[in-house]
This record gives sequence, structure tokens and C-alpha cells, in this order.
Amino acid sequence: MLGRTLREVSVALKQGQITPTELCQECLSLIKKTKFLNAYITVSEEVALKQAEESEERYKKGYVPPYNATVVQKLLDQGALLMGKTNLDEFAMGSGSTDGVFGPVKNPWSYSKQYREKKKQKPHGENEDTNWLITGGSSGGSAAAVSAFTCFAALGSDTGGSTRNPAALCGVVGLKPTYGLVSRHGLIPLVNSMDVPGILTRCVDDAATVLGVLAGHDCKDSTTVQDPVKSFILPSLTDVSKLCIGIPKEYLVPELSSEVQSLWSKAAKLFESEGAKVIEVSLPHTSYSIVCYHVLCTSEVASNMARFDGLEYGHRCDINVSTEAMYAATRREGFNDVVRGRILSGNFFLLKENYENYFIKAQKVRRLIANDFVNVFNSGVDVLLTPTTLSEAVPYVEFIKEDNRTRSAQGDIFTQAVNMAGLPAVSVPMALSNQGLPIGLQFIGRAFCDQQLLTVAKWFEKQVQFPIIQLQEIMGDCSSVFENDLASVSLKQ
Amino acid sequence: MWARAARRVLRAPGGGGRGFASKAGGGGVSAGGEAAPQERGRVPGDVIEHLERLALVDFGSREAVARLEKAVAFADRLRAVDTDGVQPMESVLEDRCLYLRPDNVVEGNCAEELLQNAHRVMEEYFVAPPGNITLPKLDEQELFSKS
Repeated sequence: MLGRTLREVSVALKQGQITPTELCQECLSLIKKTKFLNAYITVSEEVALKQAEESEERYKKGYVPPYNATVVQKLLDQGALLMGKTNLDEFAMGSGSTDGVFGPVKNPWSYSKQYREKKKQKPHGENEDTNWLITGGSSGGSAAAVSAFTCFAALGSDTGGSTRNPAALCGVVGLKPTYGLVSRHGLIPLVNSMDVPGILTRCVDDAATVLGVLAGHDCKDSTTVQDPVKSFILPSLTDVSKLCIGIPKEYLVPELSSEVQSLWSKAAKLFESEGAKVIEVSLPHTSYSIVCYHVLCTSEVASNMARFDGLEYGHRCDINVSTEAMYAATRREGFNDVVRGRILSGNFFLLKENYENYFIKAQKVRRLIANDFVNVFNSGVDVLLTPTTLSEAVPYVEFIKEDNRTRSAQGDIFTQAVNMAGLPAVSVPMALSNQGLPIGLQFIGRAFCDQQLLTVAKWFEKQVQFPIIQLQEIMGDCSSVFENDLASVSLKQ
Repeated sequence: MWARAARRVLRAPGGGGRGFASKAGGGGVSAGGEAAPQERGRVPGDVIEHLERLALVDFGSREAVARLEKAVAFADRLRAVDTDGVQPMESVLEDRCLYLRPDNVVEGNCAEELLQNAHRVMEEYFVAPPGNITLPKLDEQELFSKS
């Protein structure tokens, strides 16, 4: 190995023929044997071995992207500091953040004083950590990171509600911008016609700030619109009397928890009491929305996941019999059950004999769903108000009793229609449930009226004064984070 | 006006959930996604194999096939929607012109970076096993024995 060229040894390291530590030790051993040459005045054995260790970590990580996504680059260009990459459901498929290769994400509220007091649990440490709650998904890691004060903002993705769902369950703001407003360059595509990068923050103003940085045409993403975009500061609404809020009646489903239902009703009454016009509206195709989404999503996924063949990047298995055998084995090893299930379902819907009846049919239903929204907004409604999730966060042990598809159908029920219509939507935390857990509500706006949507959301946020999560027990001496001053700063406008 | 409507709608949990159905469809349209038993159709074995070849992803177990059948039954609910005369929608931005950038080379020459992430590389080539060899045909027993 020591006689090889730099290039050759680099390939050997990448293929795992030798590890950085082994190679380092070979060099060190030879240095000792050739000490009589007096070539070295100092041998930095410890430093070298430590660097070898670090190098091994880097090799373990696997894929290292050779470029930044546009949304990441834009933030970096504005001076943002990248704290890290967050956990999620594998390939953003799921509504629990439980199906990732790095393990499930735990909801910070599981450890909050508010929740534990209601459960009458002993302080953290004395109890086994078995009944923790899910974050929702698929961008659960981002939601948990923001919720636990570890960062000021996080990016997620939103194809069917993957940003809004965990935002609601973790008590943070989750924004899905209008499709075409924010670049998808660098966002691993799931459903090209529905994906958008999502924004998670602790308050609506912060979400607007981040959106201001990210919005705008990107020549690397031809699905971004060319309309000029100015960054904006959200006005502080004092008068909502000119607003018309729509409540879609079909969103009142039997599975909706009574607590969420009651908060939804309370929110509607709040707007009305402050002078807004609040009316019941109809989105007639709502009940077919999740089915339509299921067909379109799996079909596009089947196509988009085809690029993962192990050849240019990512995991690759050792089979060398044929390309097909290698692809099949690589994909079996590299994809989890959920992803494989969706790929197979999607391929089924795309079969010649099924294409018309499933895929084209779903595309037609999509138009009907998008038109439902257009009709409602054309009738004078400014913003729709709906629940974001069916209930508050549930324990992981409960969540995993059903399969991913069932849970996704439940988790996405209120959120995916928005992706099919390409509209902006934001989940805003409203209040704590009887168990001390966050419940959020969703506002849906007209296409490209993200500013108006966020203005209404900001007014609502100020009205409801959602409590700050109390994590002192596990934060230890980071108690300065929770001083009351911090809370009042963001509300003083 | 809202208060009266609210009392009516929000006090009747079953009221809003049924939604729109122009023709009698399958079972109830609840959020859970479970199909009524009579809707679950079996997917024939040759289709299963065909799908595995197309997708280059295997089912791996009978549960996975059952999941596919449930997914198909779920999708069958779309039949209840009347889509006569409705055009398929491919993109919500269909009314806009797609942006085309000028055909000038502005970046590239990044072969090194792109080759970094591949496992098998030889000089500037990605190395692949021989092609044009189809996967062996497996009988049903073998189909589920690998996992």
C-alpha cells in the first residue's frame, strides 16, 4: 500500500480496502523502523492518529454533496451559520420522522414541564425514556431542532405537509411557500410538481424573514417563477375587519380530535369577534384529495427514485454479475420498506394497462381539487382556516402500530390538498392540549400571496400567545434561554 | 352568521366528512385509508414479477404484496369522481411560460467532484458491471426468500 500513488491509495481508501487508521499505522511503523535515517526530527504520532480517526468518520458518512442547494447557499450568502443537517423520514416519506436510517426523532415536548406535569411523571432521568412522543414528519428533525432552541430557523421539505405537520406537533411555525416561489435546486425531488422547501421557525416574523431571503427566481430551477420578489417586513395588523376567513366544512372529519375541533372553532370565533367576516365554504373534492395525492406521489416517486442505482453516488453493493442484478441488490439494501413500497405502487399505477385509470385519472382529480380552491378564493375569501393535524403528538409506541401508508394518509389529511393546488400555507401553534402538548392550526392563502397569509398568521399568533416550552430540567444551566425577556422581544413591534 | 353556521357544522362530527360523491363509490371515505374488504383485489403473480423487474426493487415478503394490494384498493376510490371533460393537470404553473436560459456554457468542468462520490471509478469513468444480462426468472418460492 505504501508504494502506491496518491490517486491509487485514495481509491483504495474509498473502497474500504484499507482504513485511514491502518494506513497511518503502516506509515508510523515504517517511520520507526527507518529511524536510523534520521529523516524526521519530530514524529507527531498522536496527531496523525487522531486525524486518521477524523478521516474515518468522514468516509463513514458516505455521500458528500458536491454543491449546496440554492436555498442553503442563499442563507449562507446572507451570513447564516449552518448548525448541521437534521433527521427525517427516509426520502421524506412519512409523517412521523420514525423511518429514517439514523433512527426516530423524539419530540422535545415529551420532556417538557407542561407535559410531564400533566402526566404526573417524575423528572427526566428517574423515568425510563420509553413513552416519548413523535415529532410528526417528515421534517421532524428540523421541527425538534427549532422547538428545542438549538437553532433559530430550519429548512424542511413539504410535499404533502412534511413541514407543517411536525411544526404543529412540536409547537413551532411551519411555512409552505407557494409552489414556484422558492428554488428546488438541491432539494431531492419526490414529486416535482408539488415539492417545495419548507421553513420552520419559532415565530411568524422569523419565517417571513427567511422567506424573504429564499424567495425569487433561480435560473437553476426552471419551475421558479420570474416575477420579481421583494423581501418584506410583515405589517402588524390591528384591524381585521376587512378580512374574509373561510372555514372549509369538509375538513370536519370524524377522526378529528375533539380538542383540535374545539380550538379550531375558538379560532374562528376569535376572528369574528374582532370584526372579520368568517364564513363556511366548500371544497367539494376534499375527500378524494388524499387518494389522488397517494397515486400522484407514488407515481412520481417511482420515477424520481430510479436515479439511485449505486453507480454515480450513494450506496452500492458488491454484486458484479450484471448491471440489473447490481441495481436490484443495491436498491434493496439502500431503500427501506416504505420507499420500496411506494416505488412498487407507483410503478403499478404507471403500467400501460393502469396509466389511464390511475395516473391520468388522478391528474384530472387534481385539477378539480385545485379548482375548488380557486372558486373559494374567487368568492371573496382571503385566507382559509383549518386544523393542521388530527390530534396532538402521540407516543412512538402507539404510532408504529400502523404502517407508514396508513399513518401518512392520516397525517397528511389536512395538508396535502394545498400541495396539489400549489398554494401557500402556514401552521401556527395555538394552544396546549389537556395533556400539555401543542396544537397548531393551518392558514391557507392565495397563490403568491404569501405576504398576506403571513400577515394574518402573525396577527393570530399575537392573539393566542402560545406558551414557551419549558425544558429547564434537561437544559440544566442553559436557563438564560428561558428568561421572559426573550418572549417579549419578538412581540414588541 | 358564522356563529350559527359554526354551531351547526362543528357540533355534528359526522356532517362534513362524507364530502362529494357523484356516483356511488366504494366504502366510507374516512381518513384512516383502510379499504372495505370487498374492494381489496389481488394483484396477479406475473404482475408482481413484472413490477419487480421494472422497478428493480423487490417486494421481499408477502406483507409487501399485501400492502400493494391495499394501496391499489385505496387508489380505486378515485373511480367515484366524475372527471368527464376534465383535462389532466400536470403543473399548477401551467398558465406560465417555462423559463429557458440562454444556451451558453456557464459552468461545468467538475468531473473530479462528480467522481468523488462514486464507489467504483477508473480514471474518469464510472465502472459498471456488464449490461444486457436480464435478471434470472425466479419461481414464487424464491421470490420471497431473499430479503
